[in-house]
Amino acid sequence: MARYLAGRIAGLVLILFLVCLFTYLIFFELSPDPAVMICGKTCTPERVTQIRTILGIDQPFLTQFWNFLSGLFAGRDYGSGANLVHCPAPCLGYSFQTNQSVWQMVLSRLPVTATLAIGAAALWLLAGITTGLLSAVKEGTWWDKAAMNLALGGASVPNYVLALALQYVLVVKLQVLPFPSSVAFTDDPGLWFQSYLMPWIVLATGAACLYARLTRANVIDTLAENFFRTARSKGLAPVLTMRRHALRPALTPIVTIFGMDFAALLGGALITETVFGLNGIGKMAADSIAKNDQPVIMAVTLLAAFFVVVGNVVVDLVYTTLDPRVRIR
Amino acid sequence: MTTAFVHDVQPAPPVGAPGAPTTAGRRIMGVLLHDRGALFSAGFIALMLLMAICAPLITALTGHGPTAFDTAAIDVDAGGLPKGDFGGISADHLLGVEPLNGRDVLARIAYGARVSFLIAASATVLTTLLGVVLGMVAGFYGGWVDQVISRVMDFLMAFPALIFMIAILSSLPAGNRSFLLVAVISVFGWPYLARVVRGQTLTLLNRDFVEAARASGASRRDLVFKEILPNLRSSLIVMTTLAVPGYIGTEAGLSFLGVGVSPPTPSWGQMIASSVSWYAVDPLYFAVPGLFLFLTVLSLTVLGDRIRAATDAGEAA
Repeated sequence: MARYLAGRIAGLVLILFLVCLFTYLIFFELSPDPAVMICGKTCTPERVTQIRTILGIDQPFLTQFWNFLSGLFAGRDYGSGANLVHCPAPCLGYSFQTNQSVWQMVLSRLPVTATLAIGAAALWLLAGITTGLLSAVKEGTWWDKAAMNLALGGASVPNYVLALALQYVLVVKLQVLPFPSSVAFTDDPGLWFQSYLMPWIVLATGAACLYARLTRANVIDTLAENFFRTARSKGLAPVLTMRRHALRPALTPIVTIFGMDFAALLGGALITETVFGLNGIGKMAADSIAKNDQPVIMAVTLLAAFFVVVGNVVVDLVYTTLDPRVRIR
Repeated sequence: MTTAFVHDVQPAPPVGAPGAPTTAGRRIMGVLLHDRGALFSAGFIALMLLMAICAPLITALTGHGPTAFDTAAIDVDAGGLPKGDFGGISADHLLGVEPLNGRDVLARIAYGARVSFLIAASATVLTTLLGVVLGMVAGFYGGWVDQVISRVMDFLMAFPALIFMIAILSSLPAGNRSFLLVAVISVFGWPYLARVVRGQTLTLLNRDFVEAARASGASRRDLVFKEILPNLRSSLIVMTTLAVPGYIGTEAGLSFLGVGVSPPTPSWGQMIASSVSWYAVDPLYFAVPGLFLFLTVLSLTVLGDRIRAATDAGEAA
């Protein structure tokens, strides 16, 4: 087990390293010179050179990349003498746009994205699994058919279309909800809930529909298994057989997919956050790309990749405890 | 088809059953023809394709090109809103006009369908090609080849694809946008297909008929093209039909975020993006492209789903 875990973590670090390298390479090669951008309109060549030295982008690519990596773990210094700025670990650099520490920016945006992800996940798990279970138990009835067709429809709405349509109906026409804002729960719980309700629904709809179909298919497969038939023929009550024998094998694959979906969502819901103007990681990604703010782009890419690969490992570990057939010794 | 089909023979139709389906393809067609949802979806997709192909004909008939301004249809006093209710729908402009410049929405929808379908189709062809070749190579050869391909897949799937697609597209020079979109979508799309193909190739390699072919001296090429590939066909059809709506959605999403095809080339995602500042006063300008996008994705999804159901039922039989 310890050996397996060590192997997985080594693979995880390697992938994150490659993502870093690849992202850095692409922005190093493709992007226009940030020093010219920072320097602005009244600019002299000397000033540009000076800025390049302070940012450390006058050095060869590999040196720069090494500085970035070591900054992540040990912190780094920008400039020299009186202008020296120390960036403590984990140092992701400073935004070219706002001069804020990128790490501080990430920390301040993370709660919004986490709120979005947790609320949406709770909603789609509840709606998806309940619908899927009911459909499986009532397989072939009108309820099953209606629910599954509705699920196909729900999975086909692009989330920005759903977001705009909901906003039009609920905010503009019926005026039952305010325009969403990233208000903190502690400031105004009521407004907080109203603000996040639409984004939660938008994020949850597609996933809930997929989970409903998946749950249904898995439960139906399990109900046809021999061990389930044995349990029923022993005379166990239907509800009890369902709970003790069918749910666990049927829901194990859902746990796997949920882990990955949730991890991906923590990396920022770019479209939903942009449409609703919520200041999370996703909006930060969109803004940084629009303004070619390279340190921030690096940070959001790295953060999203981090959640995805860590989520992957966690899912595999959870899977081995849930399903004895793949348990690792 | 050769030995592969010996093991997959359908049970012989009862003697005297006229027109009993003989091949898997015909049986699936038969099932789909009796499914109302599948028929409606296929019909809608055919209509969209027809509209995309005949886009020049439509603009010739209505007399409004996709980029032609029509200031006569715009009410300057109302801040550039279309004249008349419902987004300026009239006999002249069947789906209304854009606010401010009065471009014909029908013409832009038709030309936008061209962009969507072209990009989605190209991306599908490219991802399928990459996915099948690399997936089969990884499964077939195993060893270090498999290791390399599998690690590349892990790497690409760990990438935050959307963030990266946007970042790459926005930092690349304008150039040929459609081509770039196809390239970016394909690069991040093929691992999902290749993973399944690899797994199925591994399973197939252990099946008796492949063993038999190998024992009777079939070359590697024959094994790949005559034994394994034909058996991947049904799952490939299902996966590609289900991938197309995904690519249409991705293209529209990227255009919505402003990194897709560049204006004035129309695209559905771009139309939805430009309707954001108008939808409170001109909801139809948002609803028309939104509905077209939704119905297209839905039809393709339903069709893919029904094909899968029919294929699964065939395999179970």
